[in-house]
Amino acid sequence: MQQIINFLIRYKIFLLYLFLLLISCIFTFQSHSYHQSKFLNSSNYITGSLYTFSDNITSYFELREENNKLVEENKRLRSKLFNNVVLSPALIDSTSVKYEVTRGRVINNSYADQRNYITINKGENDSIFQDMGVITDKGILGIVENTSDNFSTVQSILSDKSNINAKIKNSNHFGSLVWENTRDYNVVQLIDIPRLVPLTIGDTIVTGAMSSIFPENIPIGTIKRFDLDNSKSFYFIDVELFNDMTNIDNIYIIRNLNRKEILELEAETEAND
Amino acid sequence: MINSTSFLILLRFILLVLLQVLVFNKLNFFGYINPLIYILFLYWYPIKQNRTSFLLLCFFLGLCVDIFSDTLAINAAATVTIAYLRPTIMRFVFGVNYEFQSFKLNNSTKAQQFTFLALLIIIHHLVYFTLEIFSFSNSLLILQKTVIVSISTLILGMLFITLFSSKKE
Repeated sequence: MQQIINFLIRYKIFLLYLFLLLISCIFTFQSHSYHQSKFLNSSNYITGSLYTFSDNITSYFELREENNKLVEENKRLRSKLFNNVVLSPALIDSTSVKYEVTRGRVINNSYADQRNYITINKGENDSIFQDMGVITDKGILGIVENTSDNFSTVQSILSDKSNINAKIKNSNHFGSLVWENTRDYNVVQLIDIPRLVPLTIGDTIVTGAMSSIFPENIPIGTIKRFDLDNSKSFYFIDVELFNDMTNIDNIYIIRNLNRKEILELEAETEAND
Repeated sequence: MINSTSFLILLRFILLVLLQVLVFNKLNFFGYINPLIYILFLYWYPIKQNRTSFLLLCFFLGLCVDIFSDTLAINAAATVTIAYLRPTIMRFVFGVNYEFQSFKLNNSTKAQQFTFLALLIIIHHLVYFTLEIFSFSNSLLILQKTVIVSISTLILGMLFITLFSSKKE
């Protein structure tokens, strides 16, 4: 007994070091499965407030550019509106609304890590919850990961954990959008597209219909390069993003009102198997 | 006297975390180079202090940076590692005389200071990127990132040390 205590006293620094290292490793690896750690994320009150404070200062420098982007988007939406037959408001009843859109702003952005997260200034008080889609005017951005009362963190598509259903525009060939070459923040990869699909460089990639998070046909990017993967039966496609991931400010958060129903049905089906 | 030292340490802690998360995490030089400048805390920390509190303090330093930059607990693990290895590194760089009362970091040569900082940074970055990437198939990427980011941290670190050195001529 005496020896054990002596041992503990002599090596207490080393043991403390091992203990602290173990704690940090647990924090790191428990979340490797799918979701980020519940505690260690920047959607809490203190970090959120600090990032809001710094964003309030820096956002002035980009006002003109942001303005241009919004005007550009307005222009696009207007041209769509004028070229469409406008439904009378009486025909749009609330039961046909499938998606709700909330606007928000990015208060912290990263794109240099393996798993990048974006902090936004909307949270549970604005009905933002886990697994809602986040897009910008140009295209897809990520999925809400953690929320607090006033802030949320978004798992960017620039993350090696990200996996989003995507397809080639005007066809129904779908695959998974992943980020494998984790150095280039303008290019993501589309995998699992069968080799019989005709592809051309410059084809547009949009979100697929299989996702209960994003609506169909949200733009993602264009094909930059494609090649067959190791199995020689699927394509490995480099997709150049429409979004400039280094410069994002105004975002939209999409809530699929049918998501709960879809998930319940799928869980039920799987349980019956 | 002890209070002014603790106050200085606390102030340094807060300022370095703020500097790291508000300035250097957003640098993204060449797309992925973000110097981890908060390591300077370990460089400046007094030598003759309780090691237990030093380890705990470094753990919280890493954790604070982690929470702000959404990196799980990678920074904490890397920082605790160099905090634990610091006496060994100091003995290697400065010889045994660093344990004497009269030893001061400012009195050592520039080359010694540089080696000390470089060793801290390289070990920290190696642990950091190993945990971040965490796959042996990417070991080349780990080394590449370690070397490049280490160099940038080292350059900035030396600049900061020169800027805030209290040497009175």
